[in-house]
Amino acid sequence: MAERLEITLTVNGEQVTREVPVRLTLADFLRHELELTGTHLGCEHGVCGACTILLDGKTARSCLLLAVQTDGMSVDTVEGMADNGALTPLQQAFIDNHGLQCGFCTPGMLATLTELLDTIADPSEQEVREWLSGNICRCTGYQGIVDAALAAAKALRGESPAGV
Amino acid sequence: MSWIGSAVPRLEDASLLTGKGKFVDDIHLPNALQAAVVRSPYAHARITGIDAAAALDMPGVHAVFTHADLPAALQAAMPLLVPNPAIRYPVTQHVLAADAVHFVGEAVALVIAEDRYIAEDAAERVFVDYDPLPAAGDFRDALKPGAAVAHEGRDDNVAAEFTVGYGETDAAFAGAAHVFRETLFQHRGAGHAMECRTMLASYEAVTDTLTIWANTQSPHQLRDVYCRMTGQADNRVRVIAPDTGGGFGSKVQAYPEHLAVAAAAIALGRPVKYIEDRREHFTATHQERDQHYDVEIAVDGDGRIKGVRGALVHDCGAHLAWGIITPFISATTLPGPYVVPAYQMKVTGVFTNKVATTPVRGAGRPQAVFAMERLLDRVARELSLDPAEVRRRNFVPADAMPYKVGLTFRDGSPVIYDSGDYPTCQEKALALAGYDAFKERRDAARAEGRHIGIGTASYVEGTGLGPFEGVSVQIMPAGNIVAQTGAAAQGQGHQTMFAQIIADRLGVAPEAVTVIGGETTGVAYGIGTFASRVTANAGPSAHLAAGNLRDKMIRIAAHLLEAAEDDLDLADGRVFVKGVPEMGKSFGEIAVFANGMPGFSMPDGITPGLDDTSYFTPERSTYANGAHVAEVEVDIETGRVSILRYVTAHDCGTIINPMMVEGQVAGGVVHGIGNALFEWMRYDEAAQPVTVNFGEYLLPLATETPSIEQTHMETPTPLNPLGVKGAGEGGTIPAAAAIVAAIENALAPLDVKITEVPVTPEYLLDLIAKAEAAQ
Repeated sequence: MAERLEITLTVNGEQVTREVPVRLTLADFLRHELELTGTHLGCEHGVCGACTILLDGKTARSCLLLAVQTDGMSVDTVEGMADNGALTPLQQAFIDNHGLQCGFCTPGMLATLTELLDTIADPSEQEVREWLSGNICRCTGYQGIVDAALAAAKALRGESPAGV
Repeated sequence: MSWIGSAVPRLEDASLLTGKGKFVDDIHLPNALQAAVVRSPYAHARITGIDAAAALDMPGVHAVFTHADLPAALQAAMPLLVPNPAIRYPVTQHVLAADAVHFVGEAVALVIAEDRYIAEDAAERVFVDYDPLPAAGDFRDALKPGAAVAHEGRDDNVAAEFTVGYGETDAAFAGAAHVFRETLFQHRGAGHAMECRTMLASYEAVTDTLTIWANTQSPHQLRDVYCRMTGQADNRVRVIAPDTGGGFGSKVQAYPEHLAVAAAAIALGRPVKYIEDRREHFTATHQERDQHYDVEIAVDGDGRIKGVRGALVHDCGAHLAWGIITPFISATTLPGPYVVPAYQMKVTGVFTNKVATTPVRGAGRPQAVFAMERLLDRVARELSLDPAEVRRRNFVPADAMPYKVGLTFRDGSPVIYDSGDYPTCQEKALALAGYDAFKERRDAARAEGRHIGIGTASYVEGTGLGPFEGVSVQIMPAGNIVAQTGAAAQGQGHQTMFAQIIADRLGVAPEAVTVIGGETTGVAYGIGTFASRVTANAGPSAHLAAGNLRDKMIRIAAHLLEAAEDDLDLADGRVFVKGVPEMGKSFGEIAVFANGMPGFSMPDGITPGLDDTSYFTPERSTYANGAHVAEVEVDIETGRVSILRYVTAHDCGTIINPMMVEGQVAGGVVHGIGNALFEWMRYDEAAQPVTVNFGEYLLPLATETPSIEQTHMETPTPLNPLGVKGAGEGGTIPAAAAIVAAIENALAPLDVKITEVPVTPEYLLDLIAKAEAAQ
C-alpha cells in the first residue's frame, strides 16, 4: 500500500487537495496540515469527543478517522461555523449561558449540538443530555452547555431566548 | 456603577467558540521537532542498559536522550518544592530515570523526530534492559512488616510521619457519653483535564534565551525549577502558559518532561514539542489517589462533639514532588465548620511504586470532609437525631468569628476562620432542597418500591493561600489598558475577573482592559493557580495596582490641567474636571506625558511611566464555606445511583462575577460526583495500572449529572481589600460526603453502612446483599 495518497475534500465549504501519509489521522490533518487548530484532541481513543467534527453533516470522531478515509467528503469544523465573524445562535448561547470554561471540549460540543439541533428542533433537557453523553467536559458540570443548547434551540425556532 | 458583582459575559469566550484559541499544540513554530517519551513498563526495576541504536537508525529520528545524555545539572534529582521536617526521605524524581524506575510510566528516554508519528514509532525501538524488583502496590499493604520497599536501600515505605492536633483528646474521650469509630477508604482519582500535558521549548542561542510554552498552572514555578537546577538567570527563561484546557491541580507541578524537552531544544538548536497522550496522562501525570482513615468521635448525650482523633494514611506514590501537603491539608481540614474541643490526627505518608500524588481539585479536603461527615452521620444514626440537626448543634456560631481552631498551619501560623455564618449557610441549602419535606417524598417513593435518600454535608475551605500573586497594570500611550500577571488561567475566566476589578478602579468597561496571564515576563515573581488562590491573591493586587494608577493619573492630570486633584474624576478613558468633561486629558495623553517628553519636567514626586505592579500579600488564608444537599435514588437490583437533585449553598465572600462562580461550583460538584460514584484509578498488586483509558476510568457524563441548584451568601473576608475568597474547589469538597450520606439514607431500611468511595455498583450490590443476608 502506498505510503502517501492524494485526497480532495471539502473543508468548511472550500475544496482542499493534499498529498498525505496514509496513516495521518483526520484530526492531525486538520490541525497540523490545514492549521485548523480549533479541533482538539482530548483522548485520542474516541471517548472524550473533543475532536468531534461534522462529516457530510454527521458527527464523527476525527481522532478515529484517517484523513484518506474522507477523500471526496465534506468536513465542517468549528472554524466554519461563524459567518464572517457573526456567531451562530448556538455559539452565542454558549456565551450567554456560560457554556464553556477552558474551551477545550467546546468545538466538539458545538459539533454534536449542531447535529442535534439539525435533527430535533425542540429537544428536551434529557434529550440534550443524551446527545451530549459522548462528549466529556471536566469544567462546567455540563449545566451551562445544556442550558446553551436549549436556549439555542429556542432561538432557532424563532422564540426569544430565555429571560429576554 | 460597579462591575464587581455583575455577571459580565466572559471576554475569553468568542475566540474559544470560533476555534481561535491558542493552546500549546496549536503553536506551529518553524523547524520544530516532536518528542515521544520512552516510559517504564515496570513499577519497580533496575535499568541495566539502554540501546537506542535501532531508533536512531530510523529516517526522521534526530536524537534519543537518556539520563546520561542530559547536562550534568539536569541529572540531579528534581528539587523538593515544599519541604517539611516530617519528611523522612525526600525522594524526588529524576528528569529521566537514572539507574532505576519506580513507577509504570516513569520517563526513561526522550525520542526526538520530524513528527510525532515517527517519534512514537522510534520510542518502541529504544530497547531498555530492566531487572525487575518487587513493587510496593497497595499503600496499606506497603506499611506491613516485610512489604516490598518502593525504593531500594530503605527499611520501609514510611515517607513521613507527623501528628496535628490540639486540646486534651484523651480526657475528652474518657469523659464522653458516646464514642463512635469508623474505618474509611477513599479514592480520589486524578484531575483529568481534557487537555493532557503539553509543552514546546525553543532556544535562541544569540540571546541565550529559553522559551517554554506549557499548559502549566504555574509558569513561574516551572521557570524557577529550571533556573534552580541549571543556574540560568531567570530573565533568560520565559515560560508562557497560553490557552490551557483545564488544570484541576495536575498541571501545577514542574514535571520531568518539561525539563527534558527544554534540554533537547537547547541541545538540538531546534524547537521541540511534546504532546502527552491520554494513556500517558493516566500513568505519568500526578494523581491524588488513596487515603485511609481510622477515626473516632466522642460526643455528649446530645450529640455535641467533645473530641475527634485518629490516624490517616496517605499514598504518596514513588516521589514527593510537593512533599506531603495533601495529607497535611486533610489533617488540618478535618475539624471543619464545627466546634471540636480536642483533636489529634496521626498522619503517615507511604511510598508506593506508583506515580506521585499531588493535589487535585479539593486537595485532600474532600477526604477530610468525608471522614468528619461520616462520623457526624454515625452520631445522628446512633442517637436517632436528624443529620442536619447534629451539624446544627456543632457549628461554630457566626458570632464566634474570627474563630481560632487550635491548629497550626504549615508556616507555623494559627488556623483562624476569618468570617462566615455556617448555620445560616446550611439553613439556606436545606430550604432550597426542601429538606424538611423529604420524608413525604421518601414515603411516596417507597410506596412505589423506589429507594430514595437525602444527605447533607458542610465544609470550610482554606482559600487564597499566600504568599502573593502579582499584577501589573499599564496604560499604553494609545490609551489602552493592559494588565499582566503570572497567574495562568485554565478556564476559570481570569481575564474577565481581572478586567472587572480594574474597570471599577479606572472607570472603564471591562472589555477596555486587555489581560495577559500566565507569562513569566508579565511580573517578576509568581506562585501559581491552585488552592483557590488567584482571585483572593491576584484580585486584590489588580485592585491595588489599578488604584495606584488611578491616583497617578489624577496627579499628572492635575499638573497638566492646572487643576486641584480633588476636582478631577475619571470616566470613559479620560481624567477631567468634575462637571466640565471637555476640560480633561485622555489616558493616552497622560501616558505619553508619563513616559517622558523631552524638556517637560515631571511633577514633584511623580515617577516615570504609567504602570504599577502590586503584590498583595495576605496575612493568612481566608476560609470559604458551604453546605450541600444531595437527593439520590438507588436501584437495589443493579446498584445504580441516580442523583435526583443536588443543592449547594456557597459562601466565597464578595462575588466578582456570579455567573463564573456558579460555573465553578457546578463544575466542582460534578467532579465530586465523579469521586463519589465513578472515578477509580486502579492498579493491580504489582502496581501495574489497569485503568488507562476513558472506557476503564469513568468520568461523569451529562447523563449522570443533574443541574446543580445553587444559593449563595456573601460574607466578605476582612483579610483583603475586596473581601473575596476562593471559589474553585468548594463544589467538589463535600460532594462525596453528601452523596454517600444520601445513598446510605436511601438504603436505611436495609441498614447499609458505606465506608468507601467511590461507591461503585459492585460495591453497593455487595453491601446490599450482605445487609439482606444479615436481616
